[in-house]
Amino acid sequence: MADLGKSAGDREPILEVRNLVKHFPLTQGILFKKQIGAVKAVDDISFSLYRGETLGIVGESGCGKSTVAKLLMNLETPTSGEIFYKGEDISKLSGRALKAVRRNIQMVFQDPYTSLNPRMTVGDIIGEPFEIHPDVAPKGDRRRKVQELLEVVGLNPEYINRYAHQFSGGQRQRIGIARGLALNPEIIVCDEPVSALDVSVQAQVINLMDKLQKEFELSYLFIAHDLSIVRHISDRVGVMYLGKMAEIGSDTEIYDHPTHPYTQALLSAVPQADPEGRESRERIILTGDVPSPANPPSGCRFRTRCWKAQDRCAEEVPLLAVPERFRDSGGGAAHDSACHFAEEKDVVGAS
Amino acid sequence: MSEPPQPPPVGPPEAPIAIAAGDGRGEPATPTGAEPGRARSLWSDAWHDLRRNPVFVISALLICFLVLISIWPSLIATESPLRCQLSRSLEGASAGHWFGFDTQGCDVYTRTVYGARASIAVGVCATLGVALVGTVIGGLAGFFGGFWDALLSRVTDMFFGIPLILGAIVFLSMIKLSGIWPVVLVIAALSWPQIARIARGAVITAKQNDYVQAARALGASHARILLRHILPNAIAPVIVMATIMLGTFIALEATLSYLGVGLRPPTVSWGVDISAASTGMQFRNAPHILLYPAAALSLTVLAFIMLGDAVRDALDPKLR
Repeated sequence: MADLGKSAGDREPILEVRNLVKHFPLTQGILFKKQIGAVKAVDDISFSLYRGETLGIVGESGCGKSTVAKLLMNLETPTSGEIFYKGEDISKLSGRALKAVRRNIQMVFQDPYTSLNPRMTVGDIIGEPFEIHPDVAPKGDRRRKVQELLEVVGLNPEYINRYAHQFSGGQRQRIGIARGLALNPEIIVCDEPVSALDVSVQAQVINLMDKLQKEFELSYLFIAHDLSIVRHISDRVGVMYLGKMAEIGSDTEIYDHPTHPYTQALLSAVPQADPEGRESRERIILTGDVPSPANPPSGCRFRTRCWKAQDRCAEEVPLLAVPERFRDSGGGAAHDSACHFAEEKDVVGAS
Repeated sequence: MSEPPQPPPVGPPEAPIAIAAGDGRGEPATPTGAEPGRARSLWSDAWHDLRRNPVFVISALLICFLVLISIWPSLIATESPLRCQLSRSLEGASAGHWFGFDTQGCDVYTRTVYGARASIAVGVCATLGVALVGTVIGGLAGFFGGFWDALLSRVTDMFFGIPLILGAIVFLSMIKLSGIWPVVLVIAALSWPQIARIARGAVITAKQNDYVQAARALGASHARILLRHILPNAIAPVIVMATIMLGTFIALEATLSYLGVGLRPPTVSWGVDISAASTGMQFRNAPHILLYPAAALSLTVLAFIMLGDAVRDALDPKLR
């Protein structure tokens, strides 16, 4: 774990995920349910989140990003593995202890249209955290607190009595962020917080989140599939493929010195505005579809679509570690990558 | 929250898509057609629609009238429904007795007015019972899922399997109690599965929304999630179904009374009167004694079913 914290200095991680596994059972039969398999949504993932940093998680649809978010929020129970918040395993907590931890870890949801209760006013939605945790704000103080929060996220405090459907998508997402901030948490898990928004509004929301991070010393786990947004907001980036972490490192390490072929393929798919650079760069086009997570390939999960795959990839699961050949180089390529044949390939710069 | 900074009171209007953080006021507020500042929930939207729907207005007025006369029948009927003179048996309409007299020489108008009370009482009480039992059982099954869902759903299926009329006849002819409560209980006991199924489906749909996940992530209790987040979003189909069922329960009460197992004389009810009017050859000689209670019954049932339809249309966002 020491090398993970390299970019974040020698700080203690605020959240540490160890060997997290989530399998959803596939059952057959009506009365006597028989398990015939499992969807391996998250399969042995480890990472750390440090105070005040943003860890971006990228990957294509169905790779298990959202399941990771739900596991961290204790909305799903992990099949195995641990989630340490300040050294305490929160994945097995329940009742009062869990409620206490929930104060410190909050979530911003993907779809601002379904994440706000249509029957509640904005004041009720943002004020609900105070009702659930009455010790955070005394009763008479709550309305003022809600108005403060509305102002913090850049909404008019006079909107307190409106319903969610009277707001635009970006405004709704701000309400969702205000609800997440209400309990003054240390960690906010953002599950694709801007993917349902217009590009212009995306920038506003991202910048708001940036501002709030500095103001309240928040740590973000930022899940997205938009690589450029992740690069903009993240200090470190993890790339997921089919329930496993393919590569993790600082944003420059991942974007400028990717060593995992999947990361390289992802980055080469990012649209480029500059037509000159566009012509000179190499596009890696993957063939085939993502295999079913119910029946993932043996060995390396990516081998079925990888142009470097050899016999070894089918037999041996590559471990997430700094590749041996870069270990002493000290350059950008010396970060964790789960590939037997990791090598640098400049796909973004094309310089 | 320690001292949040105060952003300027008004966002710069010349930069509507300003990338500056905290500038949310550049985005257009979208009050859905309402004057700004006035909150409009789904219910107030529905009310807005309903007020302009003639079907709703007519049926609601009719129901208000029926409820009023079932509480104070003396408002429009001055005589007692039980003061009958055999000498006037089967007499036709006359001044002061517009609907004529029945076999026992009772005033048909007075009996029709007083009959509303039993019908409305049975309908309302049975509907309340059905809505309560059905919502609780269906809601819990849908919310907790798994074992409880399987258990409660199978119990629901078992009750569904009992034919309504036949079951009611069997139970009511066994318990031999008079008054409206046995009828209410039997109707409620046999009809709640319909509501339970609807409530279960609505709760399962509402449960999957992100705002329920958000409430769970905040540490909300099951009770809070059910009562504040799921119930308000799942209750609309139950209300619609209950309104429609109210009409059918009134018809069912009349059916059971007609068959001799529901309400019995001296209770005044439309079903009892219809039953009395249709024995022997009286219909040919004096059709009025069957016609008036039957018309009142049909009108009442129709009013409730139309009201239910109108409410459903108003609450269904797809029909907007």
